[in-house]
Amino acid sequence: MNVLLNGDRVELPDGATVEDAVAATGAHDSRRGLAAALDGEVVPRSRWADTALPDDAHVEVLQAVQGG
Amino acid sequence: MRIGEREFFSRLIVGTGGFTSLEAMRDAVEASGAEMATLALRRVDPGARGSIVATLDELGCFLLPNTAGCFTARDAIATAQLAREAFETNWVKLEVIGDDRTLLPEPAELIEAAQTLVADGFTVLPYTSDDPVLARRLEDAGCAAVMPLGSPIGSGMGINNPYNLRLIVEQASVPVILDAGVGTASDAALAMELGCDAVLLASAVSRAEDPTAMAHAMRLAIESGRLAREAGRIPRRLYAEASTPPEGMPELQ
Repeated sequence: MNVLLNGDRVELPDGATVEDAVAATGAHDSRRGLAAALDGEVVPRSRWADTALPDDAHVEVLQAVQGG
Repeated sequence: MRIGEREFFSRLIVGTGGFTSLEAMRDAVEASGAEMATLALRRVDPGARGSIVATLDELGCFLLPNTAGCFTARDAIATAQLAREAFETNWVKLEVIGDDRTLLPEPAELIEAAQTLVADGFTVLPYTSDDPVLARRLEDAGCAAVMPLGSPIGSGMGINNPYNLRLIVEQASVPVILDAGVGTASDAALAMELGCDAVLLASAVSRAEDPTAMAHAMRLAIESGRLAREAGRIPRRLYAEASTPPEGMPELQ
């Protein structure tokens, strides 16, 4: 399946979940400091593994950075 | 100092933007004595080294995520919700920018975002202009503090309108935190002398030639400014008033 992940078109296996998309970004820290949005809506971490991505999903995976 | 449900001993809040490395940030935050530090959310960079969250956790800093870069209430609300997930906190430094050159806040969107986030259970600390009416609206919206700028973000111009800041302090029943514009220690001291409860600064420390030394300077300035405010300064006078008594002067001719 094809999804828009952090602005890039990427191919993920059919049935991929938000958790798979997070892993595909290469994010290191699986503990605090990561958040994901699917089609503009926040997906709580507890739901990453069971939230399947629709085809053409728009996923944003964010991490903590310096700022402010 | 109490903000929302939390008590803070330090009246300095450090923004983590602009440091050249996590090590430089850690040393400066430690020297500042700050108990709360801001951070932001951006797209994952797999090449990023180290973890800012782990570093701030080690320092015992309370995390204050920001919504920097948001130009609409909608974006700021979504960013705050993402930050709540990422950092397990309902605190947010709310920024809604209205102009990309001055980074001044967009008042209507700011109030709308504040209202929505307060209703959603957030502890909202809004970055605002030095307009006393806007500050009051934000307080009415249920914000836990108001954070007026001294001058534009990163400008280092200090406090451009001390009069407005005094009005904001006078009317506020939530903490007033000077946010943005501090260039050097005397700016932070002045903010405290004008009655601000705390100062939030980033660039003044992170972009100083010696960030750790400047962080120490800010810590002392804020303590001094607070003490001076509480001590009660003398009124300004046009002419001199001798401090040595004129009585008892000898005749020396």
